[in-house]
Amino acid sequence: MSPGPRPKIAVVAFPGSNDDRDAALALEGLGAETALVWHAEPALPDVAGVVLPGGFSYGDYLRCGAIARFAPVMRAVTCFAAEGGLVLGICNGFQVLCEAGLLPGTLCPNASLSFVCRDVGLVVERTDTPFSSRCEPGQPLTIPVKHGEGCYFADGDLLAHLEATGQIVLRYTDNPNGSIGDIAAVTNEAGNVLGLMPHPEHAVDELLGSRDGRLILGSLVDSARERTAVPA
Amino acid sequence: MRATVLVRPKPGILDPQGEAVESSLRQLGFAVEGARIGRVVDLELADDADPDNARAELERMCEQLLANPLIESYEITVSPR
Repeated sequence: MSPGPRPKIAVVAFPGSNDDRDAALALEGLGAETALVWHAEPALPDVAGVVLPGGFSYGDYLRCGAIARFAPVMRAVTCFAAEGGLVLGICNGFQVLCEAGLLPGTLCPNASLSFVCRDVGLVVERTDTPFSSRCEPGQPLTIPVKHGEGCYFADGDLLAHLEATGQIVLRYTDNPNGSIGDIAAVTNEAGNVLGLMPHPEHAVDELLGSRDGRLILGSLVDSARERTAVPA
Repeated sequence: MRATVLVRPKPGILDPQGEAVESSLRQLGFAVEGARIGRVVDLELADDADPDNARAELERMCEQLLANPLIESYEITVSPR
């Protein structure tokens, strides 16, 4: 376990979330204290980071993430992000962040139309973000995906902007879903919100086939710890 | 007042569902050269709604929720009940 105080990170549970406990368990194992926050809560507890987990919030009605964006807690998450708070969206959480306008672009049905559930190869594009500081530049990672709608789309102008501003944090080395630019993870311009389709919480132990997810979640824990005020 | 919103994938946006349906129709022997799949939303509006205002409201509904303007276009039809 890393030294220093245990930073507190909220994991939001929407109706239909199913990776909330896995995310919390992984974060706890990396030295964080976690709080599961139900979607109907109007406020967040005093935390240094928020995770929107994977799953099928509100049954993926209309479009993935489209309804979750109206959950009462999302108003608090939006304020938290606007104040610079760390927000990580994994899979369905990524879809929710795009629908909520906290991240650019959108996620479409996989080009193959098939649900894809397997380990994928990734390459780290940026290490100067709160979610990738434990990685090396260009480092290859293996982390599983499991989604039917993970095909990241941005139109030509937006894609050029994302490339120019360096908002692409992870790319696939074997694109599993048709994402434009092989994009697996994007951050907002301020750099405090990240969404990714792969599931780092499912790659935290050799028993799971990879420990590379620890680099992503561990970076978040480190960053949350740095932002946690030391009690006087 | 009744409104129908037709949401379509924009031209050029990959529509794998449409491609799968196109291919299936061909397998059935139909001479189909393209299929795109969207969604229809039928809405019931208050009877006393002002039609001009209703159209503006429907535009906002599409922009804010019913369509994803990044990848989808929409068409609104308003009809008396």
